[in-house]
Amino acid sequence: MTDTATPMRHVPDRLHGRAYRTLRSWEALLLAVAIGIFILNSFASPYFLDPWNLSDATFNFTEKAMIAFAMALLIISGEIDLSVASIIALSSTAMGLAAQYGAETPVLVLIGLSIGLLCGAFNAVFVTILGLPSIVVTIGTMSLFRGISYIILGDSSFQGYPSSFAWFGQGYIYWVFTVEMLLFALIAIAYYVLLHRTNFGRAVYAIGNNPTGALFSGIRVRRVKFTLFLLTGLMSGVAAVCLTSRLGSTRPSIASGMELEVVTMVVLGGVNILGGSGTIPGVVIAAFVMGLVTFGLGLLNVPGIVMSIVIGLLLIGVIALPRLWTLVANRRKA
Amino acid sequence: MNERYSRGGSPVVSMDDITKIFPGVKALDRVRLDLIPGEVTALVGENGAGKSTTVKILTGIYTPDGGTIRIDGEPVTFATPNDAARAGITAIHQETVLFDELSVAENIFIGHAPRTPWGLIDRSAMHRAAHDLIEEIGAPFSTRTLLRDLGIANRHLVAIARALSVDARVVIMDEPTAALSHKEIEELYALVETLKAQGKAILFISHKFDEIFRIADRYTVFRDGAFVGDGRIADIDENALVQMMVGRSVEQIFPTRAPAPDSSETVLTVEGYSHPTEFADIGFDLKRGEILGFYGLVGAGRSEFMQALFGITKPSAGTCRIEGAECTIRSPADAVDYGIVYVPEDRGKQGAVIGLPIFQNITLPSLGRTSKSGFLRLAEEFALAREYSQRLDLRAAALDQDVGTLSGGNQQKVVIAKWLATQPKVIILDEPTKGIDIGSKAAVHEFMAELAAQGLSVIMVSSEIPEVIGMADRVIVMRDGRIAAEVTGDDLTPETLVRHAAGITETPQLQEA
Repeated sequence: MTDTATPMRHVPDRLHGRAYRTLRSWEALLLAVAIGIFILNSFASPYFLDPWNLSDATFNFTEKAMIAFAMALLIISGEIDLSVASIIALSSTAMGLAAQYGAETPVLVLIGLSIGLLCGAFNAVFVTILGLPSIVVTIGTMSLFRGISYIILGDSSFQGYPSSFAWFGQGYIYWVFTVEMLLFALIAIAYYVLLHRTNFGRAVYAIGNNPTGALFSGIRVRRVKFTLFLLTGLMSGVAAVCLTSRLGSTRPSIASGMELEVVTMVVLGGVNILGGSGTIPGVVIAAFVMGLVTFGLGLLNVPGIVMSIVIGLLLIGVIALPRLWTLVANRRKA
Repeated sequence: MNERYSRGGSPVVSMDDITKIFPGVKALDRVRLDLIPGEVTALVGENGAGKSTTVKILTGIYTPDGGTIRIDGEPVTFATPNDAARAGITAIHQETVLFDELSVAENIFIGHAPRTPWGLIDRSAMHRAAHDLIEEIGAPFSTRTLLRDLGIANRHLVAIARALSVDARVVIMDEPTAALSHKEIEELYALVETLKAQGKAILFISHKFDEIFRIADRYTVFRDGAFVGDGRIADIDENALVQMMVGRSVEQIFPTRAPAPDSSETVLTVEGYSHPTEFADIGFDLKRGEILGFYGLVGAGRSEFMQALFGITKPSAGTCRIEGAECTIRSPADAVDYGIVYVPEDRGKQGAVIGLPIFQNITLPSLGRTSKSGFLRLAEEFALAREYSQRLDLRAAALDQDVGTLSGGNQQKVVIAKWLATQPKVIILDEPTKGIDIGSKAAVHEFMAELAAQGLSVIMVSSEIPEVIGMADRVIVMRDGRIAAEVTGDDLTPETLVRHAAGITETPQLQEA
């Protein structure tokens, strides 16, 4: 294009360097909290630093975190899926049913993942094509999906999965490293790349910050949201495979209440519940924080009710701290 | 002191040496402003001159860092917006907070509704009082109408009724005519006269000079947060006022440009575009390098048609061809692929993605080009953003700054940069200079002419007659969702445009619109 007569104004690319941005980030704060809890735990209990104990502790969060990554993208885009735990139930029930008819492991996995995808697509149709609010749709499907499991199973449970199926939830890759840990790591990397390194991820942020503006900028908003619901359904399917394999049985109450733990993990990881911001590293650290807290308290024989109190306080505390900090800082300035 | 008000009475509100400092900027530097009962004071200045800050101080939203505000000569401080309201200061602007789901009467009396002895709202008294108020201002709706059923002009009337209901002594009108049609503006003027007659002091903020000279008695000019001068409107002419505003003489000059030659090829052909409710049978050709104006009253269906062409809404019928090839546009993404881009009127909501940094806003529709097989390449993105922010002379601290922290004019530059980076064939500008100051306006006009000269076809939707006549090669006038006329050459006069827009066909005798 031709040069204009206007003087060239120099606008720098970035206001602050990488070090400044990293230090000021939510992830840095959260990492400090994680390290603090780790140190506290290692003093509190002599059993904490045992590698096998630590390995067992990862089961507290690996399955939830798999869903949390997809949920993070969904929440950043301004939507939510509260039916994830019910998708696990339905998917697990379907696998259990297939196992009764002698289906082999690969078939079971395929069924588990397909049911996850189908449930995701079901949510997606209502939200993106009919334009209904996702919180309402997924509260509905939360009851619907689990309800189907209850109809199929009643008071009974499915057992008798093929022995090779146990590999996903009980297998080890090497020494103390479990199959679930490997899956967790791979999925974390995949979602990190998807959110932070691709055009798709950029579209997710744009939609979360201003859906109208994103649409007016030529982003295919519906298509992106549809994909996000599919991904969340798929991840619920993956979690269903792992959880069913680990437990070796399916009851209709499987994974009940997990949706809120997943959302807690995502929010603790610094994802804005109103959409628009958040990172995958934040969710990874939040997963470890939640895992460490539950495990540490478990070693101290703290009852489950108290654990959920601690998790709740942790969430509110970590969210309120930066807010309090800015309030104090502003008051000092004024 | 008294020679400051040669003819008017003594001021009800006077601001002296008011200073307001934001981190890094002095928004107001020892400015003064007097508001006199029964007179309209126009506050004049470019964007960034400190007009909004002044309004926010007067209405108690900001606290000044220095200076005094006096009411009837008594120094006061407004700690909260409530204090200002209690002192009788009320503001009407486009973002005046009104409640969609409440009735007109409830909106007027929210916060100070008449009470029954039980402390509950006395609904019948409220509706009676509201009825009197809307009768007084001649509003054409019932007190029980829900606000969401009213258009923008009638909402203004509700805001004004609300101002009257609190027995305001000072009424601030911030760009009150921005979204109004000619007829509605006339009604607003009449209302201002009523308010004047009641002895209210009015602060009138507008970018439109004809309005200022029509309605104001006095003026006060700010430039870059400083007081430049004040006086009576009768003692000054337009040029002198502009000179005070910008510190140099700027005439509303539009860039001279050669119209696109007739031989120039047709880029866009639209035929029979219709919508069930908004517009019908829109058709036209657009040539390479041409600026095609779309004029009409607010509500004539111009923006609605443009948004259909851009794929936001679905037309019920119609075809469009780009360079002769039929195109199916089902979404904005499709439109962008065909080379049609749209700069919306509502910058904050539809234009910029507030919350994302500048560079990501600019590259958002061009990611296909800056990325490699779907993976982002930041270096390419910054390069593209740098190129276009320089072309548009963007003023920002850094390219990773949130676009929401920029001024309106600079946000508009980001939106335009975003679309130019896609190298479009047709750019649709919807009210491109609405609400921006004279200096930036000239820059936008200059730039538009430059784009057309480079072979881009421009569709400009505008309600400002000088802009339409000054910029467009050809003007399509829309009325009630249909094309009323196409005007070119010597026919391109304010009179023809207004006549077609208003549907006056034969009468040569034209009242002032």
